[in-house]
Amino acid sequence: MALWYALVDLLPFEWAQPGQMYFMKHALLAVLVITPLFGILSTMVVHSRMSFFSDALGHSAFTGMAIGALCGFHEPTWAAVIFALLFALLFNMVKRRSALASDTVIGVFSSTAVALGIFLSTLGGRSFTRFNSLLIGDILSVEPEKIGVLALILLLIVGLWAVSFNQLMLSAVHPALADSRGVRVFWQETVFSMAIAVVVTLSMTWVGLLVINSLLVLPAAAARNVARTMQQYHLFSLLGAVLSGVAGLMTSYYVGGSAGAAITLYLAVWFALTFLVRKK
Amino acid sequence: MRKIKHGKLAAGCADACCLKLEGLSVRLEGDSILEDVSFHLHCGEIVALIGPNGAGKSTLFRSILGQMGYKGSITFAPAGGPAIRLADGTVTGGTRPLVGYVPQAPSFDRGDPVSVLDFFTAATARWPVWLPIPAKYRDRAAACLARVHGEDLLNRPMGGLSGGQLQRVLLALALEPVPHILILDEPLSGVDIEGEHQLLDMLDELRTQYDLSIFLSTHDFATLGQFADKVILLNRQVLKSGTPEQVLSSPEFYETFHLRMGKGGG
Repeated sequence: MALWYALVDLLPFEWAQPGQMYFMKHALLAVLVITPLFGILSTMVVHSRMSFFSDALGHSAFTGMAIGALCGFHEPTWAAVIFALLFALLFNMVKRRSALASDTVIGVFSSTAVALGIFLSTLGGRSFTRFNSLLIGDILSVEPEKIGVLALILLLIVGLWAVSFNQLMLSAVHPALADSRGVRVFWQETVFSMAIAVVVTLSMTWVGLLVINSLLVLPAAAARNVARTMQQYHLFSLLGAVLSGVAGLMTSYYVGGSAGAAITLYLAVWFALTFLVRKK
Repeated sequence: MRKIKHGKLAAGCADACCLKLEGLSVRLEGDSILEDVSFHLHCGEIVALIGPNGAGKSTLFRSILGQMGYKGSITFAPAGGPAIRLADGTVTGGTRPLVGYVPQAPSFDRGDPVSVLDFFTAATARWPVWLPIPAKYRDRAAACLARVHGEDLLNRPMGGLSGGQLQRVLLALALEPVPHILILDEPLSGVDIEGEHQLLDMLDELRTQYDLSIFLSTHDFATLGQFADKVILLNRQVLKSGTPEQVLSSPEFYETFHLRMGKGGG
């Protein structure tokens, strides 16, 4: 962290002065770790049309929090991660065995998870308001240890991308073709949706449940407007996510307002810009 | 257009490699999709599978590809080697056959940020395609595309290819590595006449060059006689098999496609 503080101290902002405003410095580092995560995952969420699924995962993450809180865990996030992983696994298994369209299966899972979450969190006449902070998120409350966990996840995701992106892409294009070339389509898809589950759950507290899915859709949606190859696609998605992340945090610092929402708004602007210069 | 016709139709497969399907049955959720399907597929032979929609053509392909549970047996006997049962995967002596698969029109949107090079590299190499692709893989993809006369397609977006071009890219992919059996699911649909001729010539070329068996499904009966050694008429069961002439003039063919058998039209 000391290295990071020293680095930030070089920036020409009032909050970047040495020895103060640590929450802002933490938040900036957190944004620089979280946004690439979403920039990377976003490419595949959009390419394999999973935006509805990632939305449903966000809901299940909240339910996991409620379960964790009910069990009296000091750190309900881990209960939420486990719940989201189970949700992703179960969803993929049901989807494989069922003849229903995948958006129907998602609808079934999503509504069940939300209902369960609301029921559990209001059990015994308790108020729902203590979960409000999850809906909006607060990046300024991030602690260094949490950034460390997120950085570790970022490393894992980059590793996952290095070994299985090709197979994921092929599975999304044509499952039977992928299978004929030795890709284990079910496991590729399941591991990918579990990765989304972990990332969504861990960053929900900082980004906010209501806007988290936009981070999984907008970067790659904007990149698609202009990219012609997979390399450009990833570059634009990452660039859009990171730039919007930093700009959103700054804006939220100077004018107030939720950072998660500000980041999303910048991403929407990024989408609009790329749409205007889109490839023909 | 045809260089040789394979003369092994009626003979057994003692001397040639051969894929044997015996008593193949597939049931899906209680419905019978395939019933007691048996036939042999020899090397260097082009076999066309015809039948109405829902006849089980794709299911038959997926069974050979090992993507589907089935009753009965599918065995592969390389020339002079021992037979290998495909289903168990437990191969005893000999090699499991490589099956190249050209699927039916995969979906690429016009705007998909996937170039032919990206697609090819993703399917044939470990190198993650989100990183700049090294010259080694670029050269290999170009060489594979050259087999189907498609070198110029390397940097094109997948979504911008015509039906015939897409088929050629998929064919190049199915030929890397060169398989024992090449399966094409309706390769002629969505392809214009010129593309069709190009594709059929190419299959003929490949067959003689690599001595592989080619198994394809089609709805285009007019061209069958020009390229197929054998035609199998499938509608859950094998209704008729033989030379294109034999099958196309059979009562089974007319009945299946609700054509009238009348002599002299009408």
